[in-house]
Amino acid sequence: MTVDRRAFFKLAGLAVAAVELPVLGAARAHVDPPEEQPLKGRRWAMVVDLAACHRYPGCTRCMDACRREHNVPSIPDRKHEVKWIWEDSFGHAFPAQGSPYLDSELAGKPVLLLCNHCDNPPCVRVCPTQATWKREDGVVMMDWHRCIGCRYCIAACPYGSRSFNWVDPRPYIKTLNPDFPTRTKGVVEKCNLCEERLAEGRIPACVEACPAGALHFGDLADPESPVRQLLESRFAVRRKPGLGTQPQVYYLV
Amino acid sequence: MLEKALTGDRRYWSWIAVLSVIIGVGGWFYLRQLHVGLGITGMSRDVSWGFYIAQFTFLVGVAASAVMVVLPYYLHDVKVFGKLTILGELLAIASVTMCLLFIVVDLGQPQRMLNIVLHPTPHSILFWDMVVLNGYLILNVVISRTSLLAERRGEAPPTWIKPVIYLSIVWAVSIHTVTAFIYAGLAARPFWLTAILAPRFLASAFSSGPALLILLCLILRRFTRFDAGDEAISKIAVIVTYAMAINVFFILMEIFTAFYSDIPEHVEHFRYLFVGLDGHTRLVPWMWASVILAVFSLVLLINPRTRHGRTTLPLACIAVFASIWIDKGLGMVVTGFVPNPLGEVTEYWPTLAEGLITLGIYAIGALMVTGFYHIALAERGELGT
Repeated sequence: MTVDRRAFFKLAGLAVAAVELPVLGAARAHVDPPEEQPLKGRRWAMVVDLAACHRYPGCTRCMDACRREHNVPSIPDRKHEVKWIWEDSFGHAFPAQGSPYLDSELAGKPVLLLCNHCDNPPCVRVCPTQATWKREDGVVMMDWHRCIGCRYCIAACPYGSRSFNWVDPRPYIKTLNPDFPTRTKGVVEKCNLCEERLAEGRIPACVEACPAGALHFGDLADPESPVRQLLESRFAVRRKPGLGTQPQVYYLV
Repeated sequence: MLEKALTGDRRYWSWIAVLSVIIGVGGWFYLRQLHVGLGITGMSRDVSWGFYIAQFTFLVGVAASAVMVVLPYYLHDVKVFGKLTILGELLAIASVTMCLLFIVVDLGQPQRMLNIVLHPTPHSILFWDMVVLNGYLILNVVISRTSLLAERRGEAPPTWIKPVIYLSIVWAVSIHTVTAFIYAGLAARPFWLTAILAPRFLASAFSSGPALLILLCLILRRFTRFDAGDEAISKIAVIVTYAMAINVFFILMEIFTAFYSDIPEHVEHFRYLFVGLDGHTRLVPWMWASVILAVFSLVLLINPRTRHGRTTLPLACIAVFASIWIDKGLGMVVTGFVPNPLGEVTEYWPTLAEGLITLGIYAIGALMVTGFYHIALAERGELGT
């Protein structure tokens, strides 16, 4: 088979365009153009407005955005799943809370779950290599190059927020984001609160993608911040507060 | 000294050959695991520790149990244990080695395991477990080597070894305590979050380990000229009896607290073990087998006639070992994950590959015990029937 230079470049150009187009499309959908200044905070937190979220039944925009942004694999085998932000029932999200007569507004409706970026994270306490640690602004980070895959952090997390790569995740990545690393088999991963976007002055991808305005992100150490005002004006719950982990994802119910 | 392991009769070499084949099969499957990832095992997002970590936990107990012959001999001058201390120490070396191997095969990125040493993290219990296990390994290598060398020269062991032996006694308790702390410090897992876990681990260790030692002594009596002596064996049998009774007592304490308080997240785990949860009953027959074996062993052990019986004692020891293996090597670790923190039940069962890798590591342990005991007996001229 012979391909001359001209034909080769034509083909290559088409291939590049095919890969680039969806990315360009996604870029155009950004509400705010990326700013260069990193977002700075002293205590990043997330507030989830469940009622707002439920106004869009079946919506998966936040989860899709996260998957695309972070090369999260879609592994069909439930046992090997990798989850960063996902939904589950109210009863699973808040075991031992609610009542048998729970308002039908909540019962049976999904609750968004993600890493709580705890102020007192048990995963960080148990990690034998400091491959997971808490940043000064509260983001609980993961170093996928240091993690030895002992999974002690998974045993320690009371929220099921951590996933292990039981198999090579790369074949299961639907659309590859070349700006974010993929992971190898044998390491633990989880939501990173879009620290890579914060560094570029952008808010987390899930918050940006939400059409309902149900996800609020901000600095709780700042009394003027919208998240702080939301928590001061409305009743919010956190998952398993009795364990002392101080989760920093709040749910308005 | 080690060269003594290289001379033996036909039976010795056949046994070594059998073990080598098992190790080879396990090794091949481990290569598969390295290639595919831990997805080759039965573990999952929900049950993220399984057979490997459970065997590790069980074998830490066997390793620690050497102290049950060392302590009476050195602190209480129980002379009849004099011949046995070396067997206990050598068994400890093999057990700790198996423990370390089980941790390594459980790692997702084993080639990075030195990160534990390169980034020492005192707030991680796993870091301390690495310290105490390796320390215990070194202590037992030094102690057994020194005493064997002294024996070969026909001298008393050097005096500096005494404090090292005393240290090893305390150290033995530490390895199982720290191993219990890996579990007992996790707010996320109510099943393990119990102060009695470390005492329970020690009680089950001090019954299953010495039970194994009795069985090993009986095997040696049968196949070699080494005889531990009836008095020594019946003394160990008394230790097994007390430790097993205390172990069962501790388990009953757990069950009382869980069921009388009736806190769902505590009760559910026990329910999963003994009656099943949401229709998931995989461990139920095993756990009842463990209960029956425990009761059976206690009946045989508490009655003095059967405790000293030539057939009933080995039966009781097998029952103790099997009962505790099911409890610690199967139920204890997995049930911490069932149900998961969100209240869902995902069951776990090891895959064939996982089982064969596990068997391979046990074969390495058996090979070490065989080789070590062979050396020790050869040094004393007690080989052969």
